[in-house]
Amino acid sequence: MSELATAREIDRSKMKVSDEVAIQINNMNKWYGTFHVLRDINLTVNQGERIVIAGPSGSGKSTLIRCINRLEEHQQGDIIVDGTELTSDLKNIDKIRREVGMCFQHFNLFPHLTILENCTLAPIWVRKTPRKEAEETAMHFLEKVKIPEQANKYPGQLSGGQQQRVAIARSLCMKPRIMLFDEPTSALDPEMIKEVLDTMIELAEEGMTMLCVTHEMGFARQVANRVIFMDAGQIVEQNEPEEFFNNPKSERTKLFLSQILGH
Amino acid sequence: MSNIEFVRTEMLPEKEPPASTVGPIGWMRENLFNGIWNSIITVLFVLAIVWTVLSLLGWGIQPTWNAKSLSECREIIAATGYTGHSGACWGVINDRWLQLLYGFYPLDANLLSAVSGASAAEILADPRAHVATPIVMILGYWRLNLAIILLFVGLAPVLIERAPRKLLIVTVLFPFIDVWLMWGGSIWGPAMAFVGFVLGYFAFKILAPIAGTLIAVIMSAVVPIIWWLFLSGSAASIFAGSPIDLTLEPVSSRQFGGFFLSISIGVVAILGSLPLGIVLALGRQSDLFIVKALCVGFIEFIRGVPLITLLFVANNLLNIFMPPGTNFDVILRVMIMVTLFAAAYMAEVVRGGLAALPKGQYEAADALGLDYWKAQRLIIMPQALKISIPGIVSTFIGVFKDTTLVSIISLMDPIGLSNAIRANQEWNGIVWELYAFIALLFFVVCFSMSRYSMFLERKLQTGHK
Repeated sequence: MSELATAREIDRSKMKVSDEVAIQINNMNKWYGTFHVLRDINLTVNQGERIVIAGPSGSGKSTLIRCINRLEEHQQGDIIVDGTELTSDLKNIDKIRREVGMCFQHFNLFPHLTILENCTLAPIWVRKTPRKEAEETAMHFLEKVKIPEQANKYPGQLSGGQQQRVAIARSLCMKPRIMLFDEPTSALDPEMIKEVLDTMIELAEEGMTMLCVTHEMGFARQVANRVIFMDAGQIVEQNEPEEFFNNPKSERTKLFLSQILGH
Repeated sequence: MSNIEFVRTEMLPEKEPPASTVGPIGWMRENLFNGIWNSIITVLFVLAIVWTVLSLLGWGIQPTWNAKSLSECREIIAATGYTGHSGACWGVINDRWLQLLYGFYPLDANLLSAVSGASAAEILADPRAHVATPIVMILGYWRLNLAIILLFVGLAPVLIERAPRKLLIVTVLFPFIDVWLMWGGSIWGPAMAFVGFVLGYFAFKILAPIAGTLIAVIMSAVVPIIWWLFLSGSAASIFAGSPIDLTLEPVSSRQFGGFFLSISIGVVAILGSLPLGIVLALGRQSDLFIVKALCVGFIEFIRGVPLITLLFVANNLLNIFMPPGTNFDVILRVMIMVTLFAAAYMAEVVRGGLAALPKGQYEAADALGLDYWKAQRLIIMPQALKISIPGIVSTFIGVFKDTTLVSIISLMDPIGLSNAIRANQEWNGIVWELYAFIALLFFVVCFSMSRYSMFLERKLQTGHK
C-alpha cells in the first residue's frame, strides 16, 4: 500500500467543506484540433474541498484543471468559478485568475527576478498593492513555506523543492480562494517531495479549496476529501479516499490502483 | 571468492593539486604545449604573429606626421634610409582628421575669432594657423561635441545602473536638443515636435482607462501625427522670432559628414530599431492574422533586399511619391531607411529570444492574472532580450558599420570623404592610411559595444538557468 504523506496527525479542525460552490463545471467538452480530450465533464467543487485528481498520463487531468483558469480554452459547456462564468471575455478571465492560484510541475518561477520579486510582482501589478505591503505579505508566506532566508536569491540558486515552495508562496501572495496544483511533485527528487507535500498539507489544514493533480496517493488518502479518477478524457470514478482506495468500483480504477500501488 | 568487504574508518583530507597543473605554467602546458603537434603549431603561430607585427610596425612607424603631401612623405621616408616595401604617410591624417570626424560642418568662426583675436574670415581660411588644433576641435565644432555629450549623458541612466535617475530627463530631451544643435534654426521646431510626443502620452493616459488599451494605443499614435502634420508648424512659427526664442545658425544636411554622420545615422538606427524590432517580433507572434501578415511581410521584404537598394530608394525614388515641393531631408530619409532595415533584423533576433523562453513562463504570468502587456513588459521581454543580447549587439554593430554604405549615395561619411581626399592633388595615391584611421574609429566604437554587451550579460546572470 502507499506510504503516508506525513507521519503526523492531520489537524482537521479547520478543514470544513461549506455549502458555497467554488467551481461549477457543466457538460464541458474540449478538443485539441479533432482530438476529443475532455468529454462531458460535470464537476461541482464546494468551498473548502480538497480534491485529488488521479489517472494515467494523457487522461486529461492536467487539461481539466488548466481549463479552470483558462490556460486552456474549452469549446462546449460552462465553467463557473466563484460565480463568474469563463467566456472569452478578458475581464472575466482576469477576475478569475486573480482568485485562482496555480502551481506547475516545473514551478515556472521567473528566473530573472529574486524570490521576493517573484512573490510581489503580481500583487503589485495586478492587485495594485503598495510595494511595502506586498513585501510584508510575501515575507509572511515565505516564512510559512519555511524559506524566508532565500528571499533575495534567484530561483536558479534554489533546489527543486525550495523552488516549488516559492511557487506556492507566490500563488498565495495573491490571496487566492482556490488553489490548483498541476503535478507539483512530479519533477522533484524523492527527498524533496516531502517538503512540498508538507507545505500543501498545511495549506489544506487552513481550509484552502484545493484541486491537485498528483500521483501522491498518500497525500490523497490523508488530505483529500474526494478522489477523482480520470481516464480517456472522462471522469470514471469519484469517491471518498477511504472507499476509493479500499473498494474501487470500476475495472479501470482497479487496474490503475494496482499499477501504482502494487509494488 | 575474495573478500569484498570494505569499510572506510577515516575520511580522506583534501590535498593540493600537483604544481605543474595550476598557475601560469599549468595554463601553458594545458593550452599551448599540450603534446608535440600542439607545441609545433604554437611556435609557428608565434613566429607568424611576430613577423606580421614587425612588418606592420616597419610600415607604420614613419616620421611623416607633418608632411603636406604624398611626395613630401616619400622624400621623408627616403631620407630615413627605410628599405621596406613602402612607408606610411601620416601627414594626410594630420591634415584631414578634423574633416574625417566632422565632415564639412561649418566651424563656429565667430567663437574662434573671439578666442584668438584673428578675424572670422582668417579663421575660415585656415583655422589651425590661428588657433591651437584641440581648441578648433572643441570650440569650433562645439554644437556637435555638445550633441555627443548629451547623447552619452542621456544614455547613461539606461546603460549604467548607478547613474543618477534624474538624468532620465536628459534621456527624454536629448533627441530634440541634439536635432536643434545639429541642424540649427529656432528651438521651437524641435520643441513642438516634443510636444507631439507629450500629447501622445497624455492621449494614452487619458484614454486607456476609458476606452481600453487598444484604442488608447492607436490614439496615442494618431494624435501626435495630427499635431505634427497640421498644427506644430504654425505653433512653432508663432513662437519663433518672439523674445523667448533661441536660434542657431542653420546647417543644411549636405554639410553633414565625417564620422559624426556615421554616428548620427548609427545612433538613430540603433535607438529606433530596438523598439521597432520588438514590436515587429511581437506582431509576428500575434493571433491577429492581419497584424501577423503585415509584420511577416515587412520583415521578409526588408531582409530580402540589399541595404544599398533601400538607400537608393531613399535618395532618389522617395521624392517621386512626395507631393511636389516637399523637402524631406536626405539624411532623415537615410536614417529612416537604415532604421527600418535594422528593425527587420532586430525583429528576428528578438523572435529568437522569445522562442527560447519556456512556455511555462507565459503560463505562470497568465495564471497570476497579468494581462498581455504587463506579462510582456515584466516577464517575457526582460528574459527574451537578455537571451538575445549577443544577437542584438551584433545587429547594432552590423548596422553601425553599414552606415558607411551611405557613401554610395554621395553622403560624405568617412569612406565618402576618403575618396574626396584622394581626389586632391597632394594626397592622390593615399589608400591605407585613411582606411587605417577610419578602421580605428569604427573599431573603438564597435569594440566598446561588444565589451558592454559582455558586461551586461555577466551582470544579468542569475543563477544556473
